[in-house]
Amino acid sequence: MIPTAFDYHRPTDLESVISLLETHGDEARVLAGGHSLIPMMKLRMADVGHLIDLQDVSGLQEVTVAGSQVTLGAMVTQHALIDHAELASVAPLIREAALEIADPQVRYMGTVGGNLANGDPGNDMPGIMQCLDASILLQGPEGERTVAARDYYEAAYMTERRDDEVLVSVRFEAPSGGHAYVKQKRKIGDYATAAAAVVLTRAGDAVGSASIAMTNLSDTPVWSEAAGRALIGSACDEAAVKAAVDAMLGDIEPYESNHGPVEFKRHAAASVLTRAIARAWERA
Amino acid sequence: MSKKMPISVTVNGQTHDLLAEPRELLIYVLRERLDITGPHVGCETSHCGACTVLMDGKSVKACTVFAAQANGASITTVEGLGTPDSLHALQRSFREHHGLQCGYCTPGMITRAAKLLEENPTPTEAEVRFGMAGNLCRCTGYQNIVKSILAAADEMNAEQEVAE
Repeated sequence: MIPTAFDYHRPTDLESVISLLETHGDEARVLAGGHSLIPMMKLRMADVGHLIDLQDVSGLQEVTVAGSQVTLGAMVTQHALIDHAELASVAPLIREAALEIADPQVRYMGTVGGNLANGDPGNDMPGIMQCLDASILLQGPEGERTVAARDYYEAAYMTERRDDEVLVSVRFEAPSGGHAYVKQKRKIGDYATAAAAVVLTRAGDAVGSASIAMTNLSDTPVWSEAAGRALIGSACDEAAVKAAVDAMLGDIEPYESNHGPVEFKRHAAASVLTRAIARAWERA
Repeated sequence: MSKKMPISVTVNGQTHDLLAEPRELLIYVLRERLDITGPHVGCETSHCGACTVLMDGKSVKACTVFAAQANGASITTVEGLGTPDSLHALQRSFREHHGLQCGYCTPGMITRAAKLLEENPTPTEAEVRFGMAGNLCRCTGYQNIVKSILAAADEMNAEQEVAE
C-alpha cells in the first residue's frame, strides 16, 4: 500500500501553489487533509507526479462569521467546524453534517475544501453547500472567480475547477428557520447510502421557503428544486411531504453499488428525506 | 524512486532527523526507522485506528499521513504517555478493567482516548463511544474499553482535584 513516487511541494502562499499547478498541469494535485486523496494514491487509483501540500499556505484556515455571512477557508477541518461555537449557533446545519463525516481521527485531518473539491458523489459537503446555495471561490492564474455550488459538479470527480485553479473557500448566507441533515450509512466512517439536507422557513402555519439536496444518489449531488417547491405554501403535512419525496425521486439517478441495488437506494432516499423534512419543520 | 528528502520529526519529545521518500507513510517511519513500535499497522486503510498517534495535538491515523507531511511535526505515541514504571491513568485503567484481550488495538485505543479525555474530561458513555468510533477492536471488547476510559476519566479528575 505504497503509492507511486511523487515530488513533494509545501509552498507557503497561494501564488506559489498556482505557479506549481501551471508548471505541472494535470500531473499535479493539491493535498488538503489527504483522507480521500491518499487512500486513492495508496491503491494506485490516483497517480500524482507532483503533490502540493496546502498545510502551510496562509489564509486558508479561517472561519469567518460576519452577521449571517459565513466564509469557510478550504483548509478548515471537519473537527474545527464541529468545534466552532459561533458557527454552530449561526449555521447549525454545518455541525450536524460534519458530525456525520468519517470518524474522529479522519475529521482532524479532513477539510471542507477537500470534501468539496474531491468530487466524489459520496462526499457530504457538496450536497450541504447546494442546499445552502453557497458560492465556491476558485483562484487561478487569472485571479479569483466564483461558482455556485449548484453549478459546480459535472459528473463524478469532474467539477468546474480547472487544473490550474485552487478551491480557496466557500461562502454562504446562514439560513433562518429549521435545518436537518439525515444520513443513512452502514457504519461510522462510511459514505452515505442516502442522505438528505433540508433547510426551510415557517410563514405562519405554512412553509415559507424550502431547499433540499441529496447526497450519493447520482453521480453528482442533487439539489431538487421541485422537492423544495412541493413544500412551499403547504402545512408540511403528510401529503406535502409525500409530494416533495416524489419530486426528489424524479430528480435522483442512483446506481447499484456495494451500498445496495437501485430500488433500495430509492427507498433509503425517500426515508431520509421524510425524516429530514420532519426534523427541519420541528426546528423551524 | 523519487528523491529522498530530509525529514525532522519530534517523537515523544525527542527530535529525529532522517532521509525519507515523501511517499513513505508516517507509520513506517515510526516503526521501521525509529523503532517506535507502539502504534500498530492494522488495516492500513484508515479504518481501524491501530496506528493512531497524536500529531501536533490532533489524533491521526499514521497510515494515512505521508512522511513529508509530518516533516516538522511533533508526535506522541503510546510510548510517550506512560512508562512501565509509571503508567498513564488510561493504561492502569485498561489493565484494571480488562480493556484489552489480544492487545493489538490497545495502543491506538489508549492514544486516541488520551486526546478524547483532554478535550472532554467528563464524557458520558455515549460521548466515549462516539469519540472512539475511529478505533476498531476485532476481539470486540468494546464494553470493557468504554468502561476503562470512563474509569480513567474519573481517576484523572480525582487526581486533578487532589492537586488543586
